[in-house]
Amino acid sequence: MNGTAISDPLNHNPFDDDAPTLSGVASLGHVVEPGAIDVSHGTILYLEDVTVSFDGFRALNQLSLSIDVNELRCVIGPNGAGKTTMMDVITGKTRPDAGKVFLGQTIDLARMNEPAIARAGIGRKFQKPTVFEQHPVWENLELAMKADKGWWASLRARLDRDAQAKIEATLEIIRLEADARRLAGELSHGQKQRLEIGMLLMQRPALLLLDEPAAGMTDDETMELAALLNRLRGSCSMMVVEHDMEFVAALAGDTGRVTVMAEGRVLAHGTLDEVKRDDAVIDSYLGR
Amino acid sequence: MTTAPPTTASGPGPYDAPAPHGSPGRDTFALGLPARAPLLTRRAWLALISLIVAAGIGVPVCALVLPQSSALHLSAYTMTLTGKLMCYAIAALALDLVWGYCGILSLGHGLFFALGGYAMGMYLMRAIGHDGVYGSSVPDFMVFLNWHTLPWYWQGTQHLWYALLLVVLVPAALAWGFGFFTFRSRVKGVYLSIITQATTFAAMLLFYRNETGFGGNNGFTDFKRIAGFPITHPGTRTVLLLLTFTMLVLSFIGARAIVTSKLGRVVTAVRDGETRLMFLGYSPLGYKLFVWTVSAVLCAIAGALYVPQVGIINPGEMSPGNSIEMAIWVAVGGRGTLIGPIIGAFAVNGAKSVFTAYFAEYWLFFLGLIFVLVPLLLPNGIMGLIGHVMQLVARRRKNG
Repeated sequence: MNGTAISDPLNHNPFDDDAPTLSGVASLGHVVEPGAIDVSHGTILYLEDVTVSFDGFRALNQLSLSIDVNELRCVIGPNGAGKTTMMDVITGKTRPDAGKVFLGQTIDLARMNEPAIARAGIGRKFQKPTVFEQHPVWENLELAMKADKGWWASLRARLDRDAQAKIEATLEIIRLEADARRLAGELSHGQKQRLEIGMLLMQRPALLLLDEPAAGMTDDETMELAALLNRLRGSCSMMVVEHDMEFVAALAGDTGRVTVMAEGRVLAHGTLDEVKRDDAVIDSYLGR
Repeated sequence: MTTAPPTTASGPGPYDAPAPHGSPGRDTFALGLPARAPLLTRRAWLALISLIVAAGIGVPVCALVLPQSSALHLSAYTMTLTGKLMCYAIAALALDLVWGYCGILSLGHGLFFALGGYAMGMYLMRAIGHDGVYGSSVPDFMVFLNWHTLPWYWQGTQHLWYALLLVVLVPAALAWGFGFFTFRSRVKGVYLSIITQATTFAAMLLFYRNETGFGGNNGFTDFKRIAGFPITHPGTRTVLLLLTFTMLVLSFIGARAIVTSKLGRVVTAVRDGETRLMFLGYSPLGYKLFVWTVSAVLCAIAGALYVPQVGIINPGEMSPGNSIEMAIWVAVGGRGTLIGPIIGAFAVNGAKSVFTAYFAEYWLFFLGLIFVLVPLLLPNGIMGLIGHVMQLVARRRKNG
């Protein structure tokens, strides 16, 4: 799907230029490209011995985890396992007390702030849908669009044909065409969830973090979301934190890898079937 | 639920090229938005231009041509009052940019207003020349302090252009520095409001000191001329009034340009969901600093226009009460709209003029009442009320 550059201006893919810049794919010996995510070892996200304590409580306890390029990783675990804290650490909201957090081989996330991490190519979907309620739907997408996000560029920005094509394409994917000019605050819960997914698509991230994206969705909406995420495979790497096991099953399939977290560290790791049979997982999470 | 093998993705991927136009797969959905939202609607442009023409012709005619006996004659009092109200309107517009659009409630905008006024006042004091009570080459209050030479920061203020530069640069630098440190430390909400309030209070205490060199609690007054023209002459007053009007129109259009740009949309997003915005890759600091500094400069320009028309500037302008009153103008008019604060400034100050003329002792009670009732009954101010009424009318018309 990437690399199908069509020169016909009417039908060209508006997202062609936005693909995240990955460098070092399938090559030995390479130069460090600034701004590009170096995935020469096939790993997009790399956490090693990450520890976070809140008032003595270890939310993350020497957590180590890595995610491969274009992988869709599901993370499950009981409440308080540190899943959301892990996302906070990756996105810069919380600073780790110890440990390494790297995007690719070269980008040290532990030293960057939230906007810089987002610009480096990490998109985050929050548990509660967070959209800009006083803005129309299309403006929400416009704000999220991959672009120069400095104030001067924004002051001069124009909503050109290309930008509108991206917004239109995204509106079609999240099926909110008819609501494009409505205020986001007027949307239903499920529609807001879809809008937020749309905003993430507009960001064109290299790594997408989804914190319980199916929360509060109907069964149909949940399965539709699973289908959408499955379609995203190959265009970015994803990490999905979820409680809904059916949803996890739909995403992980038979071969996808699932990580089980408990008490701030990785408890088990493998395909969904493997972790379901794991004794430690059964004891601490699934129950007998 | 059967497990769908992850390799078989159904349908096209979200980043795939859209199907060609006219093909069965794609309906012809298009947003059809302009590259930039128009500054004003056609009707609004028409109304604004009519207002400009009316003011441009009406004010000079009524002030200078019509005899004093005419009912339409503009008296010095009316002109001063109108000019003052328009200065307040510019200040309210400036405050609304940061409060209504960016969610930063400043309770210290009176400081910027006063700084602009003081910069202008320095020039006006120098323009008195040797015509002061003591006939000295330094302003009278310096004679009082036994100062024989001007302090360094008064150098160059005999030039109007330099004073105008100070009007813009001093508040801009102060606002930028203040904003840089507070916004970078992510100070928000009431904490920020309290800091702004404390800043203007500290500045007021500083300006009350005679040794600061700005006339102490008397401030600057007794101006004689501006740019060579006698300051109380009706012609000078007319020009000042029209300049203020022009500035108000320009501020309004400039503010429209800001809020209709993508920057404006980012700024309102800062107000509604700063955290979300950061996770989209925006650093709010630059946006806040821009709006904050623009707002401070606008406020200072309003202050600079205020002083020659009202004829006095003293540290009282920096008192916290004045800054809070500005917030009331914005709240009454309707924050988050640009017409609202202008209407609010006129309405509240118009009421103040009436009250202080007829029942002066009740004014503060009335102001307090507005402060309580407006947020309760009119959360979106007068503009919200107008919008509500228009909706009702439209609905009634629809139903026959």
